Amino acid sequence: MTSNLMPALIFMLGGFLVPFFRGRAKAVYMMLIPIVGFINLLCIPTGEHLPIVFGEFNLVLMSVDRLSLLFGYIFHIISLITVIYILNFKNNVEFVAGFFYSGAALGTIFAGDLFTFFVFWELLTVGSVMLIWCRKTKSAQAAGFRYLLVHAFGGLVLLAGIVFHFTETGSLEMSQITLGSLSSYLIFFGIGINCAWPLVHPWLTDAYPEATIGGAVFLSAFTTKTAVYALARLYPGTELLIWLGVGMAAFPIFYAVIENDLRRVLAYSLINQVGFMVVGIGIGTELAINGACAHAFNDILFKGLLFMSMGAVMYRTGKINATDLGGLYKSMPWTCLFCCVGAASISAFPLFSGFVSKSMVMSAAALESHLPGQGSLVFVWLVLLFASAGVFHHAGIKIPFFAFFGHDAGFRVKEAPRNMLIAMGIAAFLCIAIGTYPKPLYDILPFPVDYEPYTISHVLTQTELLFFSALAFTLLLLGGIYPAEQRALNVDSDWVYRKGGKGIFALLSNTLNPLNTWCESIVRGTASFVAGFFKDAAAKFALFFTVNVWLLQGKKAKRLAIKKQRLYNDIMEGTLPIGIGAAVAISFIVLIFILT
Amino acid sequence: MEKKHMFDNPENVKRLLRIFFGSVIALLVIDVIYIVLSKQHIIHRHVEYEWEKYWSFYSVYGFVACVILVLISKYVLRPLVKRKEDYYDK
Repeated sequence: MTSNLMPALIFMLGGFLVPFFRGRAKAVYMMLIPIVGFINLLCIPTGEHLPIVFGEFNLVLMSVDRLSLLFGYIFHIISLITVIYILNFKNNVEFVAGFFYSGAALGTIFAGDLFTFFVFWELLTVGSVMLIWCRKTKSAQAAGFRYLLVHAFGGLVLLAGIVFHFTETGSLEMSQITLGSLSSYLIFFGIGINCAWPLVHPWLTDAYPEATIGGAVFLSAFTTKTAVYALARLYPGTELLIWLGVGMAAFPIFYAVIENDLRRVLAYSLINQVGFMVVGIGIGTELAINGACAHAFNDILFKGLLFMSMGAVMYRTGKINATDLGGLYKSMPWTCLFCCVGAASISAFPLFSGFVSKSMVMSAAALESHLPGQGSLVFVWLVLLFASAGVFHHAGIKIPFFAFFGHDAGFRVKEAPRNMLIAMGIAAFLCIAIGTYPKPLYDILPFPVDYEPYTISHVLTQTELLFFSALAFTLLLLGGIYPAEQRALNVDSDWVYRKGGKGIFALLSNTLNPLNTWCESIVRGTASFVAGFFKDAAAKFALFFTVNVWLLQGKKAKRLAIKKQRLYNDIMEGTLPIGIGAAVAISFIVLIFILT
Repeated sequence: MEKKHMFDNPENVKRLLRIFFGSVIALLVIDVIYIVLSKQHIIHRHVEYEWEKYWSFYSVYGFVACVILVLISKYVLRPLVKRKEDYYDK
């Protein structure tokens, strides 16, 4: 049986029907959407489907190959897990937004042309910003607006790039683009904003921790990974990506060490992990692309798992700052266990999923570095090794330690709800399953895999690296050098538009607003003077002449005042005797006649 | 009286730390054995770089990397970027 139904439609349309279901039927229906979607995906043959000719544009709504299938599989899996996770929330907006968002992500990765790609790319922003606003706090609302502005800007850059690209090449094909022309850089940068490249990354660390509990799990899976997919599709082997990826892998770990909000720590480590993928795409060999894709697959699972465990902690305690938490292993042992599985996976412990994918990227970097002219990749390899140790330090140890161990904050809460535990359990199971038996994952990678993660050397060296990172943590903590968590905010490059934006606003408001007031007062002053003058100008004019005449006639003060008042009233009310009115009119005409 | 949990007992914490320090030392010993065995060509060791063959290269790298990471974060980054929680609201 074959199908050519777009996976995106199942999610988006299916999602809109969720509010019409109640109770148990609703739960079943919501879980059915990703399951039906997955079965549909299995029935779609590879190749291009649903071509549409639209004017001079040849659109392909769905294109399926090994690369897009890999992302399609994991997007369905994480959707199912997240849906199970959010079943106990009673927020229809969040459900609809979640399905809409995952549908948009599926639409993006299966898009067969740049235009379809762009449309779903924008829908991705719409869905994700709803998941942030669903939190309904003031800070979430503000963060959502900032998120929207950044992504609207990124979307416009991408659109401009696509338009230029089409005028240059006449093609909307989703195929490899070489950096060179303006359009290629615009598309590159537009994708890069969603990929959270250094300096354009703070939308992620700003907004994800403000999203709803389930929203953060959705968000961690899709936006950055569709960008990784797009880079793997359009820009494999672009050397610039190696350096961008190195930056992404290295700098966030410093922030993660001093960050207090544990979901923000995860957001920083998300950038760090995406950095590994971007390096892999930049290297561009088969092993490197495989590594990047495998790591994206695994990262979606273990980062989702970590966000779910922190979400469960937040759900039960209402707190997410490290300063407020601690000792939760006593009351939430299962959540603690699942969090530790996620932590071990992201740290790439042997037998956990990160171990079988992160090292592919590093091996690819090491192999390439032996080629002539590629010596700088040795540096890349060393930074990635540093980042591997660092990620264990902040995501592997810090998250579980401050939430579940450390000093007991005194919470005696219930264990997470059952559906949350099931969702975390599935993710944890997959992390261990892939880590212990990576073959099924390797089989669906874009290129044939000739890589063996479980060599004695790899297991031993990785264990050494991690244990000695842990040793450093332990000794620094026992020695009191480890920075205590503090209630504070750490400024990042979003300072530019958050404070800078305020600065521009203040500048404009302090120059333009006074100018505006000044102009208004001039116009208003002139107008009211003119209006005031002409209100009774005719009467004043008449009085000016007649009073002189009356004075000459020798009229006395009292009589003069009465006559003045009467004339003024007559003119203002238009009750002059007809003779005078006619005389004035005629003399006016005569005056005009003489003057002309 | 609340139930006593595993790490409420300081003895258990000490025990855990002892196990941890023990395994750290064990890893260094295993590394020596591994180097000896691969020198004898009993085990084939594939390395990309010469320095990977040095004893405890990964251990030292991991340890030093994390110490540097924490020191830079604490003494360089935090003083630079730390602000009050309502910094952006003012």
